[in-house]
Amino acid sequence: MAALINVPSKAKRGDIIEIRTLTSHIMETGFRHTADGKLVPRNIITSFICRYNGAEVFRADLFPAIAANPYLSFFTVAKESGKFEFEWIGDNGYSSTASASITVE
Amino acid sequence: MISWRAIAAATLLAAAAPVLLAGEIPPDARRSGYAFMGADTRAMQDDDTSNPGMLFVLDGEALWAKKIGSADKACADCHGDAQSSMKGVAARYPAFDKALGRPVTLDQRIILCRANHQQATPLPYESRDLLALSAFIAHQSRGTPITAGDDPQAKPFVEQGRVLYMQRAGQLNLACTNCHDDNFDKRLAGAPITQAQPTGYPLYRLEWQTLGSLERRLRSCMSGVRAQAYDYGSPELVALELYLMSRAHGLPMETPAVRP
Amino acid sequence: MPTTRRQFLNLAGGVTVAGTIPIVSLRPLEATPAMLNTAIRNVVGEAQIHTGRVKLDIPPLVENGNTVPMTVSVASPMTADDHVKSIHVFNEKNPQPNIGNFHLGPASGRAQVSTRIRLADTQKVVAIARLSDDTFWQIAADVVVTLAACTEEMN
Repeated sequence: MAALINVPSKAKRGDIIEIRTLTSHIMETGFRHTADGKLVPRNIITSFICRYNGAEVFRADLFPAIAANPYLSFFTVAKESGKFEFEWIGDNGYSSTASASITVE
Repeated sequence: MISWRAIAAATLLAAAAPVLLAGEIPPDARRSGYAFMGADTRAMQDDDTSNPGMLFVLDGEALWAKKIGSADKACADCHGDAQSSMKGVAARYPAFDKALGRPVTLDQRIILCRANHQQATPLPYESRDLLALSAFIAHQSRGTPITAGDDPQAKPFVEQGRVLYMQRAGQLNLACTNCHDDNFDKRLAGAPITQAQPTGYPLYRLEWQTLGSLERRLRSCMSGVRAQAYDYGSPELVALELYLMSRAHGLPMETPAVRP
Repeated sequence: MPTTRRQFLNLAGGVTVAGTIPIVSLRPLEATPAMLNTAIRNVVGEAQIHTGRVKLDIPPLVENGNTVPMTVSVASPMTADDHVKSIHVFNEKNPQPNIGNFHLGPASGRAQVSTRIRLADTQKVVAIARLSDDTFWQIAADVVVTLAACTEEMN
């Protein structure tokens, strides 16, 4: 399963940068039924965390009203060179991670 | 003399203009579905990092390099770097297959390749891996003008597709042409009617919340007019796909497109 | 199993009649304005909710309720003393009133979040921001959801 991460590779210290993430997930609502009337169990990503050199800078709790293949865009201040780590956690023990590095001048 | 010259000029003009069959859209008036959608949906397609179709392209890239089947071969082992080897390929599909004596879609080409060269289990139509591979391959043709149907051997099948496109079907007794040639730019309920130019398949449909093939789209149109939909891979769907691609001649490929 | 419109209709409790083509308007099955209020109170408690400071960018008329782009932003200097702690987004008529909670801080630099949401029907979307002084600010937007004419059979 793929994830698309957009973090600028370079930034000036103090710049406010946009981070965009897109990840593959069905986000099954838990409210749908199959043709023969069985409830399709909920299977969603419930939380997303972004850490910048280990410190949490953004977190989201997601609900079934978030569209499939969740897209999130948010901002942070470029403080120092290093690494952004992204983590998606969901139902049925779902977990996936991605990372991106940035050079701050 | 003057009137003769006028007639001669008129004849020349008529000969220079492309031959259009009744009801067909002239080449310079052909527009991708992109032109019919709202700014938000366009923005989603335009930016690769916000286009959910790109998730499938990424998966396809990984599958391209993965060794599979009893032959233990990856697509890349024969075709090398897809960026060069697959550039422009999807713009020619469905393409005539000499051995089979009929056109095959890009999905069918992938299925044939897996069976003949990789000796791997077939991928079902509309399965995630098949869509990912066809999205990755077709993405290499983004911007390439569509030329499918130019092959003289494909012509009888283009014609078969055209006949199906013009043929009324279903309880609503509508042919494709009744909406997509005669009434594009109008609306059906809340949705704009497009010209049905298949420039971006496989594409991410917001309705589906996933990537899907042109055949899936054709089948939902058929259920829309309350007709029995042709099976995936059926000669009728392939012919329709070929006709639609030939009808979009010259329009640039957009895979993976985003549509409402 | 791909999500199809028909299934989405089922989820919202709407009944599609074969042969009905015009705009399908869905009746809510579960979420009600009362549920929306309860969900909001779960986050806000008894605090007063002010109007303003929050901006909600969402198309007033959406092409497909299954994937609706949405951006919430809050006018805030985002300093250690004065920043947005969280943004909460709710809806009125989906089966569940919550859409998402987004936790920010001074390190965010800008109080702005974008995502894509599902709206089962024409309805109100509410965004509420909690500031560092624990005041709450809100905005609401009405979104009209249209459905395409040709539905896909469940598969």
